[in-house]
Amino acid sequence: MGILRVTVVDSRPLMVKPNEPGGRSPFRFSWDWLGVLPFFGFAVAFLLIPATSIVIRSFQDNAGSFTFQNILDLRQQSILAAYSVSIRLSLMTAIVGGLFGFLMAYAITVGDAPKWVRSLLLTFSGVASNFAGVPLAFAFIATLGRLGMVSGWLKALGWDIYAQGFNLYTFWGLSFTYLYFQMPLMVLIITPALDGLKREWREASESLGATTFEYWRYVALPILMPSLLGTMILLFGNAFGAYATAYALTGGRINLVSILIGAQISGDALQNPGLGNALALGMVAVMAVSIAAYTWLQQRTSRWIG
Amino acid sequence: MEQNSSPKNPLKTAQKKSLKNSQETDRKKFWSWVWLLGGTAYFTIPLIASFDFSLRAEKNVLGFKAYASVFQDPNFWGSFTFSLGAAIATIFLSWLLIVPTTYWVQLRLPKLRPWMELVTLLPFVIPAVVLVFGLIRTYSTTLLNTRQGGWVLLTAGYVVLSFPYMYRAIDTGMRAIDVRTLTEAAQSLGASWPLIVVRVIFPNLKVALLNGAFLTFAIVMGEFTIASLLAQPAFGPYMTLLSSSKVYEPAAIALISFALTWGAIGIVQVLGDQVQRGKPKPLADPR
Repeated sequence: MGILRVTVVDSRPLMVKPNEPGGRSPFRFSWDWLGVLPFFGFAVAFLLIPATSIVIRSFQDNAGSFTFQNILDLRQQSILAAYSVSIRLSLMTAIVGGLFGFLMAYAITVGDAPKWVRSLLLTFSGVASNFAGVPLAFAFIATLGRLGMVSGWLKALGWDIYAQGFNLYTFWGLSFTYLYFQMPLMVLIITPALDGLKREWREASESLGATTFEYWRYVALPILMPSLLGTMILLFGNAFGAYATAYALTGGRINLVSILIGAQISGDALQNPGLGNALALGMVAVMAVSIAAYTWLQQRTSRWIG
Repeated sequence: MEQNSSPKNPLKTAQKKSLKNSQETDRKKFWSWVWLLGGTAYFTIPLIASFDFSLRAEKNVLGFKAYASVFQDPNFWGSFTFSLGAAIATIFLSWLLIVPTTYWVQLRLPKLRPWMELVTLLPFVIPAVVLVFGLIRTYSTTLLNTRQGGWVLLTAGYVVLSFPYMYRAIDTGMRAIDVRTLTEAAQSLGASWPLIVVRVIFPNLKVALLNGAFLTFAIVMGEFTIASLLAQPAFGPYMTLLSSSKVYEPAAIALISFALTWGAIGIVQVLGDQVQRGKPKPLADPR
C-alpha cells in the first residue's frame, strides 16, 4: 500500500540500540555465516537486486550504455509538476496531521484524559494508521463525495461545496483523506515522547517562576523538538510513498510521482523505460533522505527521552 | 498530575500554587476535550457515512442489501481466499526467514545485527510502488514468464513488506527471553539445532510471532499496490473493480475491511497487553 505502519508493538520503531556484546569472535572463520544465508539471500533477491537495478537502469539508455539523459529528462514540466504535487501533499498532511496528532496525544498524556480514552485512542490509532488504501478512499467518497453524507448535510444547510469548486478527487480532497492515517501515526509515535516528559522538569521550572507558556517554550518543546520534527518527517515519507489511496480515490487522475510510476508499470506511460527508472530513483532518494533525517533526530531524542 | 505540588514548599505558596494549578488543570482539561472531540468527529464520521451509504442499496428502505450482494459475489470470496492464502504464505515464510536469523544473529553473530536492522528498515525507504517496479523489471524475463511467477513475486513482495514489523516484534520478543541459557540447556540435553529452534525458541516466542503475524495479515489483506501492478486477483484490486461497477457495495466493503483491520490490530493489542502484564516493568512505554 505504500504507507508506513506503526502499531502498538514497540514505540521506537526505527531506533538502533547498541547490541549486547557476547558470542564468539566473528573474525575466526566459521560456518556460522551459513545460518543467516536464507534471510540475506532472500533480501538480496527480492529487495536489493530490484532496488539496485532501478539505480543502474536510471543511468542506462535503451541500448544499455551509460547515460545521464534519464536524470536530465526528469526536468520535464509534467514530471516536475508531479514531484511538486507529491511533495506539497506530503508536507501539508505531515504538518497538519502532525499538529492535530500532537494535540490529541497531548490530551491523553499531559491533558490527563481518562484512561479509557487513552487506550481507546491508541487502539484506534493502531487500526486507522493501518486503514489506508482502497477502503479508506471508499469511506471518504461516502462522506465527501458528490453523494456523500457530509456533502448532503452541507447542501441542506445551503452550502453546496461542489458548486463552490470543492472536489474530493483533487489535491485538497486527497489531503483531507490522507489525514486519516497521518494523524493516528503521529499519535502513536509522539505519545511515548510526551509520556517521557518528566514531572520534575515541570516542577523545577514552576519553582523558578515559569508560566505554562514559558515551560513549553523553553523546556518541553525544545526537548520534544527532535521527536516532533522526526515524526513529521516520517509522516512526510508515509504520504510521499502512498499509492493505493490516491489511486483508489482519483482513479489515477492526479499527477503524483507514485501514480506516474504505477502508470509507467502498467503501460509505459512515459514511453521511455529509462525515465521510469529515474523517476523511481528520485522517489527513493527523497525517501532515503527523510528516513535518514528521522533516524538522526530519533537518536538525538533518545538522549533525553527513552 | 500538576496538583501534586511538592510537600516541601511553604504552606502559603502551596495554596497559591494549588489554586493556580487547578485553574490551569481546568483549562488543560477543556482543550484536551476539544481536541479529542474534534478528532473523534473526524475519525467516526467517515465510518458512519460509509455505514449510512451502505444501507441505501434499496430505494427508500434502509437495509443490508449491499452486504448481501457483496457476500453473494463469488469474486468476493475468490479474491478474499486468494489474499488469505497469500497472507498465510507470507506469514510462514516471514517467520521462517526471520526467526532463525534473528536467533542466530543474537547468539553467534552479534556483529551482523546492524545489517539486519538496515535490511528490515529498507522497506520503509523503498515505497511499495517502487518495490514492485523493481521486481517487475528484474524478473520480467525470468520468473514472470512462468505460470506461478506472478504469485511468487507477490508473496515475496509481501514478505519484504512484512520485514520491519516481523523483525521488530520478534527481536523484542527474543530479547525478553534468555536465548543463550535456553539454548545451552537444550544442548546439554542433547537437542539438535533444528530441534532447538522448532521446539524451544518458537514456543517461547509465541506472542511475538502472533504479533507479527496479525500485523502482516492486516497489511496483506488490504494491500493494493503490489497486487494490482502484478495483475493478481487479490482482495485489494477486487475492491477497486467493484467500485467501477457498483455504487453502494464499495461502502459496505470499506466497513468489512475496516472490521478486518480492527480485528487483526485488536488481537495485536491484546497480545501486547499480555506481554506487559507478564513483565515486571515495561521496557518501552506503557501503551
